[in-house]
Amino acid sequence: MQLRLEVNGEKREVDSVWEGESLLYVLRERLGLPGSKNACEQGECGSCSVYMDGILVCSCLVLSGQAEGREVVTVEGIAGGDELHPVQEAFVEAGAVQCGFCTPGFVVATHDLLRRKPEPTDAEIREALAGNLCRCTGYEKILDAVRLAAEEGAL
Amino acid sequence: MTRAQTVPATPTRESPGAPVTRPGGIGESTTRADGVPKVTGEFEYSSDLSMDGMLWGATLRSPHPHANIWSVDASEAEAMRGVFAVLTHEDVPGRKVYGMEIPDQPVLAWERVRFQGEPVAVVAADHPETARLALEKVSVEYEVLDPLVDAEEAIKEDAPKLHLSGNVLRHVRIEHSDVGSAAAEAEVVVKGEYEVGMQDQAFLGPESGLAVPDGEGGVDLYISTQWLHVDRDQIAESLGLPPEMVRLELSGVGGAFGGREDLSMQIHACLLALHTERPVKMVYNREESFYGHVHRHPAKMSYEHGATKSGELVYVKARFVLDGGAYASSSMAVCLNAATFACGPYKMPNAEVESYLAYTNNPPCGAMRGFGAVQACFGHESQMDRLAVALGMDPVELRIQNAIEPGDRFPFGQEVPPPAPVAEILERVKAMPMPEEKEVMGRDLRELPGGVSNTTHGEGVRRGVGYAVSFKNIGFSAGFDDYSTARVTLSVEDGEPLVRVHTAAAEVGQGLITLQAQIARTELGVERVAVLQADTRVGSAGSTSASRQSYVTGGAVQKACEAVRERLFERVREELGEDSGDLSVENGDIVSGGEVVLPLSEVLDEEIEETVEYRHKPTYPPDENGQGDVHVQFAYAAHRAVVEVDVELGLVRVVELATAQDVGKAINPQALEGQIEGGVAQGLGLALLEELQIKDGRIQNASFTDYLLPTTLDMP
Repeated sequence: MQLRLEVNGEKREVDSVWEGESLLYVLRERLGLPGSKNACEQGECGSCSVYMDGILVCSCLVLSGQAEGREVVTVEGIAGGDELHPVQEAFVEAGAVQCGFCTPGFVVATHDLLRRKPEPTDAEIREALAGNLCRCTGYEKILDAVRLAAEEGAL
Repeated sequence: MTRAQTVPATPTRESPGAPVTRPGGIGESTTRADGVPKVTGEFEYSSDLSMDGMLWGATLRSPHPHANIWSVDASEAEAMRGVFAVLTHEDVPGRKVYGMEIPDQPVLAWERVRFQGEPVAVVAADHPETARLALEKVSVEYEVLDPLVDAEEAIKEDAPKLHLSGNVLRHVRIEHSDVGSAAAEAEVVVKGEYEVGMQDQAFLGPESGLAVPDGEGGVDLYISTQWLHVDRDQIAESLGLPPEMVRLELSGVGGAFGGREDLSMQIHACLLALHTERPVKMVYNREESFYGHVHRHPAKMSYEHGATKSGELVYVKARFVLDGGAYASSSMAVCLNAATFACGPYKMPNAEVESYLAYTNNPPCGAMRGFGAVQACFGHESQMDRLAVALGMDPVELRIQNAIEPGDRFPFGQEVPPPAPVAEILERVKAMPMPEEKEVMGRDLRELPGGVSNTTHGEGVRRGVGYAVSFKNIGFSAGFDDYSTARVTLSVEDGEPLVRVHTAAAEVGQGLITLQAQIARTELGVERVAVLQADTRVGSAGSTSASRQSYVTGGAVQKACEAVRERLFERVREELGEDSGDLSVENGDIVSGGEVVLPLSEVLDEEIEETVEYRHKPTYPPDENGQGDVHVQFAYAAHRAVVEVDVELGLVRVVELATAQDVGKAINPQALEGQIEGGVAQGLGLALLEELQIKDGRIQNASFTDYLLPTTLDMP
């Protein structure tokens, strides 16, 4: 099938997509955007988090056809231009990145949290990010990064 | 000083390159060299790789934990459109088995499968879905056999043998002094039986890689692994190629924790690539990942401790049975570690330890963070708590009273090297202020056991506090030639000095590339450092495991820098004369007697390159009584857990985990804290959430829906 959608502000068209492909597969394998990650592909780990029409979704759970005509923003579209987004800066600064496989998902999910709640409480941060798994950090420095980004008024 | 180098051939794919990083010497919390590409999504992991004409590989796995294979018919799959190859064991040109210590695991099974998920055939196709459908068309005729799934049963004399060598993969016995005659001195005796379940590393980046044929019969593999050279050697053996025709380059690694020590898709991808003469990528999905790597050994432990009334340990008897599953992996080392750490870091005058490692038809077990030591820690620390209760003593005081000190001997005969601050770290963790005890009734649900599941509003919730101390070996043990290689080049580029560091050491997330740059900066006094992509074009760095890379590859980088510096100073002396005093390099200048005597660039018309191997002091295998200088050195950690338990439902909320650890010199404090915090989270997971459920040899919970990892809501 043919698929048309907007990704990171750009109109994209993809041909010969097999109907069973997920949005994640299309982003990674057909649009050259491998930043969204494939850790579980069943909606449990959040590493493939993207915005679709402004709503945070696991792109592995979106069938590519469902993305027809939608606006998608991936981790590659979070920073504007060459500068890091303050959320990204906070993750680097706080040491919240180790292997980094969960990081794109955390960056998008944190962006979404701070957009909705610029000054979240600790319990709100934990609940908002409970759908993102990290196996390296024990979350301590990820929580630091979110607090740092909030303090700096990232959004 | 160097070993034979592999022949450099033109890589089939452009390397992601080595970004030049700036300041940060030893002891500074410099940010990660790979931090920026990881937050933007640009960092290239092995599952992100792609090439023109690339095919997708997929693996057919046995649905049975134990079966004879009577036939494999791939003809229908081969005839499918879009399918380029279907390979079985007959297509393995070299050694048909592999393994790091004992090559007992078939590359592709023939005649017999010994665990559920064992690879039987591999397929390459032009779309991953086509590859998956082709697997369904491969017809395998199995004769299902009863699986042998109980490790204790497996080591009995009359058990059916799963391997020609029998089912006892290893037995280690430690006999220290005389438990028999000492037992009479014990006034208090406690006994206990303990079990630890099978834990999964659950690294987030799935097993994956891209194999690219070089057109001359060789292959390049872009791969996430923990040890490039041991992979390379095993792959080359099975491909029937000389090692120099198999080149590995490390691709982005999405976590490891021991689960990438063994091969997974490496040989399969290379076989398919050489067969189809096309690049082949393989990526496991999460379910397959649970079948595609080894796990932490389940252990059954029986203990008997004897002590005097005043709390002095008199003897211990311990018996471990560890389930190694179908193949050997790193079980030999796990068995030895379990035995040597069985008694804990305590003065133990008499000890009898038996450690058995069994082959079964369960999933293979191997390396996972702290292997052998973790299981033993649960045993010896549970016993110390039991003993404290029996003696009416404070459990921390009992531990401090018996804490081992430098100069003592471990029950396995090795003298305790300094430092061994076991008592000190216990005292420190005990002295940390306790977290405030807030009224349980009326709390936010997220601060109660069970959380938003709304299982309690505070009724039945009690607070508990527990302490434990553990120790483990740093580096490879028991006589292993545990070395690393570093190549360091000093040159002037764009008018500024630049150090290039090249090793084969695997960065798996721990921050090693940042550390290598910090070491080089400090040693050579040059700000700009580039750490090259790890590959097999330089000698082995050994494994990224056993907490060894900072020490061993860090040591190799330091020694290589020293060698470079020595040659640099020779040039300076040629330039300025032999009496140029005590030379050093500071901020890119040669300094003597506190004054700049020469800019570096003046003696670097030609670059200086040195390649050096670094080895730690030798270790030795244990003798027949389990005695010997088995390990290089030890790390010690004390923990305190403050928990709140819903005593009616058994649900637990961890309020705080406090720890004091002997870490030596912290080269990058932030990265080090990250290692401790991540390790602690995996410990919390093992204690409260994580266990691969195995029934009749079959994994019941091969998904992140059913295998529970700690989340932000589970961590204190």
